[in-house]
Amino acid sequence: MGLAAWTKRTFHKTGSPRWFFSGSRGWMIGLYAAGTALVAVGSVWGLGFVPVERYQGDSFRILFVHVPAVYLAQTIYLGTSVAGLVYLVWRMKMADLVIAAAAPVGLAITAAGLATGVVWGMPTWGTGWVWDARITSTFVLLLLFFGLMALRQAIPSSERAAMAVALLAVVGAVNLPIIKYSVEWFTTLHQPASLTLGETPAIAPVFLVPLALNALGYYCLGAGIIIAALRMKIIERESGTAWVADWLDRTDMKR
Amino acid sequence: MTEFFAMGGYGVYVWTAYGLSLLALVAVGAWPLLAMRALVRGMKRRRAADATVAPPGAELP
Repeated sequence: MGLAAWTKRTFHKTGSPRWFFSGSRGWMIGLYAAGTALVAVGSVWGLGFVPVERYQGDSFRILFVHVPAVYLAQTIYLGTSVAGLVYLVWRMKMADLVIAAAAPVGLAITAAGLATGVVWGMPTWGTGWVWDARITSTFVLLLLFFGLMALRQAIPSSERAAMAVALLAVVGAVNLPIIKYSVEWFTTLHQPASLTLGETPAIAPVFLVPLALNALGYYCLGAGIIIAALRMKIIERESGTAWVADWLDRTDMKR
Repeated sequence: MTEFFAMGGYGVYVWTAYGLSLLALVAVGAWPLLAMRALVRGMKRRRAADATVAPPGAELP
């Protein structure tokens, strides 16, 4: 099979809720397990096994839960934008379900990123919150995730709701470069990026190990949780079909 | 050990940040699993209720 044919086949299969549902349970369990293990090891490492940072003392250890959360939150939004585009172009039902599954996860992770930022800012900046460009644009990200959920609730027709939500997901993508470059374009209290692809990290290598473990762990958890939510949305949306009735017969929820 | 929890005077901030992160991850991680369970229970209950309704044409007791 050629690459083009394989791509087309995979695209069509992925677009099938039934196909995704039947093959995703193992991925879900694996990603939950891997994510939990990585975050546990990374956090213990970061809290107990790296030296104290010279200027910030022990408060810098918040980095290991703050940075992974804000990275993951932005990646989740990027994913909903791609899904929104796919929905607008091909009207693929699965793309709409992906947005529905990902938005609450994005909301929670963005909230975690903002909350850890506030708690970190208090001792290091002397303030938990300022309306600088980085914090404001991340707050807008929180509102966008909330908007994706609220908009769907507000529109009774599920097809029109899906269209509106997909459109918001795509339009909201303009906020992503604003978050990224906010620390360069504007004078912010928030520091510029310490990690840039292709450049030597501005933080010492000892600190990179727990950061990388937690970042990878957060991404695994994010993927696993979105897959779990997507499976739930699939059963909800396809509840009238024969295959769901068949699955219902074979499943007991004690597992 | 006390020294570890004190975090050089930043204990309140460090443990609050880690606690809030754990809370967010546990809450959002549990959400789809609990929602799926509630959904399946509801669907099974509805189906059981439908099954007890007499099929059309059946004699009433």
